[in-house]
Amino acid sequence: MDQHSLLFQSMVYLAAAIIFVPIAKKVGLGAVLGYLLAGVIIGPSVLGFIGREGEDIMHFAEFGVVMMLFLIGIELEPKLLWRMRASILGLGGLQVVITAAVLAIAAYLLGQPLNASLALGMTLALSSTAIILQTLNEKGWMGTVAGQSAFSVLLFQDIAVIPMLAIFPLLASNVAADPNQSHTIRDNLPGWAQTLVVLGAVAIIILAGRYLVRPLMRIIARTRVRELFTATALLMVVAIAVLMNLVGLSSALGAFLGGVVLANSEYRHELESDIEPFKGLLLGLFFIAVGASINFHLIMESPLMIIGLVLGIMAVKALVLFILGKIFKLSIDQNLLFAFALADIGEFAFVLLAFTHQTRLLSAETTDMLTAVVAMSMALTPLVILAYEKLIQPRYTRSEPEVNREADDITEKNPVIIAGFGRFGSMTGRFLRANGINATILDLDSDRVDALHNMGINVYYGDASRYDLLVAAGAETAKILIIATDHPDQTVDIVKMAQRYFPHLQLLVRASGNEDAFELMDLGVLHIYRETIDTSLRLGVDALRMLGLRAYKSSRSARTFLRQDEKTLKGLSALRDDKKQYISSMKERIEEMEKLMAADRVKSWLDEGQGWDPESLREEIRKTDEDQLPG
Amino acid sequence: MAKILINFAHPALEKSRVHAQLVPAVKSIPGITFNDLYENYPDLDINVQREQKLLANHDIILLQHPFYWYSAPAIVKQWIDLVLEHGWAYGHTGKALKGKTFGNIISVGGSEHSYSKEGHHGHDIHDFLLPFRQTAKLCNMQYAAPFVVFGVHKKEFEDIREYSRQLTEVLGRMQSADFDASALPGLAYLNQLLQLPAQTQQ
Repeated sequence: MDQHSLLFQSMVYLAAAIIFVPIAKKVGLGAVLGYLLAGVIIGPSVLGFIGREGEDIMHFAEFGVVMMLFLIGIELEPKLLWRMRASILGLGGLQVVITAAVLAIAAYLLGQPLNASLALGMTLALSSTAIILQTLNEKGWMGTVAGQSAFSVLLFQDIAVIPMLAIFPLLASNVAADPNQSHTIRDNLPGWAQTLVVLGAVAIIILAGRYLVRPLMRIIARTRVRELFTATALLMVVAIAVLMNLVGLSSALGAFLGGVVLANSEYRHELESDIEPFKGLLLGLFFIAVGASINFHLIMESPLMIIGLVLGIMAVKALVLFILGKIFKLSIDQNLLFAFALADIGEFAFVLLAFTHQTRLLSAETTDMLTAVVAMSMALTPLVILAYEKLIQPRYTRSEPEVNREADDITEKNPVIIAGFGRFGSMTGRFLRANGINATILDLDSDRVDALHNMGINVYYGDASRYDLLVAAGAETAKILIIATDHPDQTVDIVKMAQRYFPHLQLLVRASGNEDAFELMDLGVLHIYRETIDTSLRLGVDALRMLGLRAYKSSRSARTFLRQDEKTLKGLSALRDDKKQYISSMKERIEEMEKLMAADRVKSWLDEGQGWDPESLREEIRKTDEDQLPG
Repeated sequence: MAKILINFAHPALEKSRVHAQLVPAVKSIPGITFNDLYENYPDLDINVQREQKLLANHDIILLQHPFYWYSAPAIVKQWIDLVLEHGWAYGHTGKALKGKTFGNIISVGGSEHSYSKEGHHGHDIHDFLLPFRQTAKLCNMQYAAPFVVFGVHKKEFEDIREYSRQLTEVLGRMQSADFDASALPGLAYLNQLLQLPAQTQQ
């Protein structure tokens, strides 16, 4: 592909996505369907902008799935994964085995030879991780019981691919033609050594995640070159994929494992926000490629056959899933979602079908037809889920609260986010912590992040003025954003970002002095804290006390002074639009201050304690004979 | 010798005329503990443990304050609310204050006559002090008669000096080893203690 056509292709893909995804979202179909639709339109069947290379792009874009699993892993603490073991092994294992068996029997009854039937059963038992998880994510259903169960099954399927790839050559009559697998280093080893290699690869990921990533990220963070972070994050995922390919494991599985290892890392949010856009784009590309690969020509030739196969396979899969869901005690509505969501055939079937074709396990016609079936079933998934949402879910709305509670369990989001954990923010953070309020803390000083992390405080490295990082930190569900960063420019950036995208957040903002405070007032910030004002007044109070003034009066004076000063500041802020006016009013302010200071000496302007022993009362009583007033 | 604790509360002592003289007089008596509440707790953030320890270590507890709005300044209420804890000061197990003497030293704006049935306020000063007397009772303490300076707005410097002399002497008598506290509830005002025959051989 020369450069021109590469650019042209990119333009076609991006333009298609930008045109169709918003339309699909607007109509309520969701982004995944939008991408698929875009693929169909630009594909060979309609406009023909992309042709055969669609499948290459699909293989490339499958890397989006790897990234997605990395991100899922990073959101999932090992503890949680361990708690899910029963549903992964039980539910997932049973689904793969039973579905594969049922479909294999069906294929055998339809006249396929035994070995081809087995291969078909296994291939078609898998579901599409990319489409299902992305669709569930889009709906916000990942935290539901159905979402978690679906995730468990998909995770097991990813594991099941490994033995499947090992079994397929045994089923094939012509083992030599095995282009996909010949380059893994496992091939020429005896069984025990293969196991060792696999375990070694897993160990490498865990150890590297534990001991290599943190120092590496620290070094990168010190350079303060942001794109290096993105590069590191990408390198991590790519390296895992390469390592997994080398030993013949699923890249997605490896990436998931890598994500889980890093789930407790302080760089978690940063990694998440770096990978997220790549994942989104690649997955979009993947969906477009799937859409483009649907061969409508073939479907038109034998429409009944193909539609019958799609519906038949999906019905079988859904039935098996539903029965398993029943056994695993899913409530009826969750069980239906679970069964419908996982009824499609996964993208991995493309790989397996290519493989079965090359090994002559299946005839060319069967392979072509099944490829069309797989693509169609994938395209149907978002539609099925949409149908579930519109038709079935409304009948079971009562279980909504339970759904919400489940979601809380998975990602612990704090009500407070603190941006900047220096001498200012740390004090606030400690105070909140002492009162049992947990805060998600973001800081840009890698050394500090490190030190605090070692103390067991959850601090995340990252620039809080980035939208994605704020999302990762839970800005969508938090109540309060405390901005305590050292640099005024950064503070302003965060304020603007938060006001624009998270208007529900209460902003509590640190300002270094009056100038900063003015700027924040202009932005409409209501809660501004000038960093030294309380301390200097406290010092003033102590000074007054040392000079013999009553403590209570001194404290009240300080509070009155603060109120007065903030009032003046607000007045000045209103005048500040015109620079000249500000300067003159600054002069006025000094004059005012002088007046106030003069007034202090005559009559205490701070004196608000009129209620206690007022002079006026005394005068009145001295004039009249009757003492008619209380006290 | 009885140990006396004066819990003093005045939010604006710098403006005071009566307490400006009473306070130095009281402070000058040896052996008396003078606890300035507003000075110690300008934020009304009372250290309960410290206050309870002080109470436990004294036999006679007197609240010295101006009589604002038929009651005491805000911090006195805060002090009562926080320090006289259930289970410590009152209740089944609250016996920490048992047998102690409790009372008020107050400066009052109105005249003694205005605090009577016929007077402007329609009630005796003792009626208004009922919450303090009952508080003492609930905490198993004996309520002493109040030391009252009436009509402070019309008092001249010399008059007030006479009161501070009286208070000094009253406190001195209450301190002495053979002072009989049971005589206190019989008095209308603590000021009258000086009219009783001296119980001590001075």
